[in-house]
Amino acid sequence: MKAQVDAQGRLRNKKRVSFAQDALRAPFVVMLLPFLILFLVFTIIPIGASVVLSFFDYDVVNTPSFIGLDNYLRMFINDYEFPIAVANTLKFSVVTGPISFALAFMLAWMINEFGPKTRSVLSFLFYSPALVGNGYFIWQIMFSGDSYGYINSLLLSMGLVTDPIQWFRDPNYAFGIVMIVQLWMSMGISFLANIAGLNNVDESLYEAGAIDGVRNRWAELWYITVPSMKSILLFSAVMQVQATFSISSIATTLTGFPSVNHSTETILTHITDVGTVRFDMGYASALSVFLFAMMMIVRLGIGRLLVSKD
Amino acid sequence: MKERKLRLKVAKKKSYKRFTRSTAANIIFVSLLLLAGLFMVLPLIYSIVTSFKPLDELLAFPPKFFVTRPTMHNYTVLPSLLDNLQVPFSRYAFNSLFISVAITVGHILIAGMAAFTLSNCKHKFISTVFWGVQVALLFNGYTLGIPQYIIFSKLGIIDTYWVYILPALQSTTGVFLMKQYMDVSVPKALMEAALLDGAGYYRIFWNLVMPLVKPAWLTLALFAFRDAWAIQPSGTIFSESLKTLPVAMNQIAASGIARSGSVMAATVLLMIPPIAVYLVSQSNVMETMSSAGMKD
Repeated sequence: MKAQVDAQGRLRNKKRVSFAQDALRAPFVVMLLPFLILFLVFTIIPIGASVVLSFFDYDVVNTPSFIGLDNYLRMFINDYEFPIAVANTLKFSVVTGPISFALAFMLAWMINEFGPKTRSVLSFLFYSPALVGNGYFIWQIMFSGDSYGYINSLLLSMGLVTDPIQWFRDPNYAFGIVMIVQLWMSMGISFLANIAGLNNVDESLYEAGAIDGVRNRWAELWYITVPSMKSILLFSAVMQVQATFSISSIATTLTGFPSVNHSTETILTHITDVGTVRFDMGYASALSVFLFAMMMIVRLGIGRLLVSKD
Repeated sequence: MKERKLRLKVAKKKSYKRFTRSTAANIIFVSLLLLAGLFMVLPLIYSIVTSFKPLDELLAFPPKFFVTRPTMHNYTVLPSLLDNLQVPFSRYAFNSLFISVAITVGHILIAGMAAFTLSNCKHKFISTVFWGVQVALLFNGYTLGIPQYIIFSKLGIIDTYWVYILPALQSTTGVFLMKQYMDVSVPKALMEAALLDGAGYYRIFWNLVMPLVKPAWLTLALFAFRDAWAIQPSGTIFSESLKTLPVAMNQIAASGIARSGSVMAATVLLMIPPIAVYLVSQSNVMETMSSAGMKD
């Protein structure tokens, strides 16, 4: 029998107890069960239920009645808010999504140039807005609509404006500010993953690269860093998609609900409106299904993009 | 020894960096970082500074960024402001603390156990569950809001602590990070040796694996605590006595500009716990996140 060396360097026989099991042993099942039940109840079933309920008229109290594709027809034909919500969601995700993804990587990349001490201080500073869960209150006060709001009184005192601007009530500004605040809070989990991942890229690859003629950091980034970071980048992208599509909580807090002229209305705020205000759960489910489909498409596209770089 | 290794590493780094780093780009990078850093940090500094401003400086025109005569007034007035709320302040604080601790501890346990199975059992069913977890990373409590609401109402947990705690316990991000970290940091041989020595699976999990993946559960603690601490129920809690600190803060914020100092004071106080948790767990977080990669 062939002898082999295990992790502790001891010689031993190939015949051994293997821990990586194919069998569905009882302890494995028992330990997975608490999570599995909660996961089913609060993630899988809600997704499944919204697919089913999207074909029903349902108000939580009465029994659902089947109405076929009516909810979907209403969505695409009769709901004047829906196209606005979709357009806003797309605007938010097309702009803040890629920017925050790229920023989370580039900032991490620049920070990685420094020594360990500086690096941890800088990562703390950049991560702190995301860390402080309710930080967007600060922006609310800075952009307060009266002349006492910091930004307003600054502009007034410099003579740039004559009247205080209703930042959150004016559709021209509300959208931009929500995007800025979203970017401000977007250096979250993906940023941390990038920092950790960059720090873990095999140093010898860089050395080999330098010997092989990599003469600037862009070439190094493109040929060495990005390929070694692919799996982290995919995780980071997924996290940014999750954050971008749930932007509504920030929008609602800052610009009110509903926002003036639906200026910051997203699919998600529309769902909340239909579901919790009008209790039209069937229609809210159809909208949710649309949102899920959109997110899945974006997710698949990102996977395709990162894989095709091979 | 460790120090020497570290110094060697730094020296090595310099050797290849000599070829690839130009001074001009270094300068550009540092200035870009400074700019981005200011954008990130200024609002936080502004909130801290403002929380120490006396009333006349809050209303001063033109406004000053920094405080000239700092006062603790905004902090000392908080208890009396909060006295006007329907339920005593201590109740909000208790709710936030109770929910955060329950979620953090529960999530670490549940995610740890699940990750143990996902990492070690190669049965087809288990692989399918992990695939599901990876897909579900896309969704969070906001995007699942309405469908979850229907489930809440069917379970009858609306307007109870459960509505905060139960959905937060199944955070797929936590399970994913924990599983990925276990894959790389717990040597299979070690667990096999323990199995040979007669330890059961539960003991291996509790006495061997959990201590080894301490960085991962500290990371999960940070994320779970951060999210739980910021929880604001939307439509799922009606009783004032079950609401959380951020809700109480909202109510102070709603009361006008003269209170902006106090709002900032409250914001600053609310910032402290998550920052403290982060500072304690920082190095562990970095270690855990380095194994966070996912395959498509």
